Amino acid sequence: MTTVETPAPREMTVIYSRADRVFRGIVTAGALTSLILLGLIASFLVYRSSGIFREFGLKFITGTEWFSDSFREVGDEARPDSSVFSIGPMIVGSVVVATIAMLIAVPLSIGGALYIEFYAPRSIYRVLVAMLDLAAAIPSLIFGLWGIEIFTAFGVRWATFLNDRLGFLPIFSVEFENFGRSPFVAGCVLASLVVPITTSVAREVYSRTPRDLIDTCYALGGSKWGAIRSVVMPYGRSGVIAGAMLGLGRALGETVAIYLMLNLVFKYSYQILDSTGGNVASMIALKFGEATDREISALIAAGLVLFIITLIVNMVASNIVQRTTPRS
Amino acid sequence: MSTVVQSPDQSKVEPQRPWAVKRVVRATNGLRLAVFAVIAAGITLVTPLANADGWALAFLLVNLAWTLATAARLGAKERRDAIVRVVVSSLAFLAFVPWLSIFVSTALKGYKGLYPGYLFNDMRITSYDDELTFGGVGHAVVGSLIMVAIATILTLPLGILSGIYLTEIRGRLTFLVRFIVQSMAGVPSVVAGLFIFATVVQSMGRYSGLAGGVALAVLMLPTVSRTAEEVLKLVPDDLRSAGYALGARQWRTALMVVLPTVRAGLTTAAILGVARVIGETAPLLLTSLNTNGFVWNPIGGTLGSLPTYIFAMFMYGSEYSVARAWSGSIVLLALVLFFFLLARRLGGRNERRTRVGVGKAASTSAGTK
Repeated sequence: MTTVETPAPREMTVIYSRADRVFRGIVTAGALTSLILLGLIASFLVYRSSGIFREFGLKFITGTEWFSDSFREVGDEARPDSSVFSIGPMIVGSVVVATIAMLIAVPLSIGGALYIEFYAPRSIYRVLVAMLDLAAAIPSLIFGLWGIEIFTAFGVRWATFLNDRLGFLPIFSVEFENFGRSPFVAGCVLASLVVPITTSVAREVYSRTPRDLIDTCYALGGSKWGAIRSVVMPYGRSGVIAGAMLGLGRALGETVAIYLMLNLVFKYSYQILDSTGGNVASMIALKFGEATDREISALIAAGLVLFIITLIVNMVASNIVQRTTPRS
Repeated sequence: MSTVVQSPDQSKVEPQRPWAVKRVVRATNGLRLAVFAVIAAGITLVTPLANADGWALAFLLVNLAWTLATAARLGAKERRDAIVRVVVSSLAFLAFVPWLSIFVSTALKGYKGLYPGYLFNDMRITSYDDELTFGGVGHAVVGSLIMVAIATILTLPLGILSGIYLTEIRGRLTFLVRFIVQSMAGVPSVVAGLFIFATVVQSMGRYSGLAGGVALAVLMLPTVSRTAEEVLKLVPDDLRSAGYALGARQWRTALMVVLPTVRAGLTTAAILGVARVIGETAPLLLTSLNTNGFVWNPIGGTLGSLPTYIFAMFMYGSEYSVARAWSGSIVLLALVLFFFLLARRLGGRNERRTRVGVGKAASTSAGTK
């Protein structure tokens, strides 16, 4: 056997003409706009909220009071400003509602994605995929409207049931038996808002499972569930996690649906069936209407906190997506 | 006798699929589900389970019970498979029900407010709780379209540029750009609204449709960039090589070969972006507010839009104004659906053309050899 020596590949030189360089410059500049925009948003929010953070420090995040001294701006400017701004309960509220939503949405999304990809009759496959895309585009306002006008009736019944049977657990206990505007019901609506997003990511990842691996599984005598458990789920796990993180980012930043569903109460509350709650985003929308200048700075500070939280969640998600996207 | 052997037309050979589900089996399955539905209805009548949610629960439980009962005679592997099948289907059922409910309830609650003039009238001389045969949503549709147009004009070029960067130039920043675009998709809409309020609105000194459009653009840019990248990725490298082989420089190849190939796809990118942002409410509450009459000037002051119309009608809270909110929702959903179908149509055409075109070119060149 003679060994054939592979010749080393020729070195390629690329010389860009001036027109090319201009073209590449313009395109690069255009591509960097997103980067610049993101940087601008971040630095502007920091710039506008620095005063608030300097004044309240960590109290802004841990405190439980939001009081805007609006009379001072109207008349007696001599009196010292007694405004207090802090968003602790709202941050907790965001996390509580988003957690409820994700606990409901993730199993439903995995089930929905597996069903569409592996169980649904081929004849309705395309319809289901199209419907999924469309559902992901339903405005959150309409989810909120549906939530309060249609879903609340069901949600209250479920909440009453939970309270009756599991009321001895602290999180299912209530102070007043009025479940309509509770984080639980809002979380259910948020879950139905998140499900299409997470499902479509999960479905796409599942659909990229190499066909050979699944067929190998069948050829070895595996059942459908065997193929899903040993091939599809491991292959798609990181994609599903990324989809769930995207959904979580959406749930944390949701504004109008929560605005319509919850009463804002500035109080730490872990009782998910009680009619208290709120989240940062809906608080911003609620307080914005009649905000004084200083209050607007405080709202911008709240926006910055929200921005940082969702940015971290989304960066983790997109990192997972990028690391696991199969290179074509 | 000369035998003419006709080469079988490759595209027409149907693979045999002995494992495919027979029509009879499918019919029995459907019939069984129908029987279960009736049984579940019966259960809701005699037990505390009531209403649609009780019925759904009863239906899923009956289905599960049947599966468990029939699976008992199967082997361990098949039994598990059957149980998983019914669990997955139930989860999927629960996942799909809310959207169906939204479509149905929007249609049922909103149709009362629809009358021929609804799309062409505004609320200038109609109060929010007037009879439903007065007023309309025309001004809101116009405002929404103006703002969405502004957003599209701003984002489409930028989205295409970033798509070209990611697929044609593939420079050192590829990873970073893709990462940033993905992260930006998660910027909460209310934060985008706050940012535009603090920059555009406060520097202009007034709320305006322009500010609303820019806020929508911030939210639309990631969608358009990502879709544009996906579309440009589909362009076969042969086309680029052909461009280079003909002596075209990179800019010429990109602008005159690659981009025209995916014109329809880029239109799809823009339309999908529009469908995503046309229902955004939070940023508009902070930047463009609401109006009751037709406004055509995007920089003159507040500009109404469909989402803020629906929001205002719902918050007003009287019987007729809430009905108006639902009718507005029908119009909004119809717009989203329209843009979606448009995108699908254009995207589908583009896909087909590329595939068929390339395939044909390959086969004819092979034939002439």
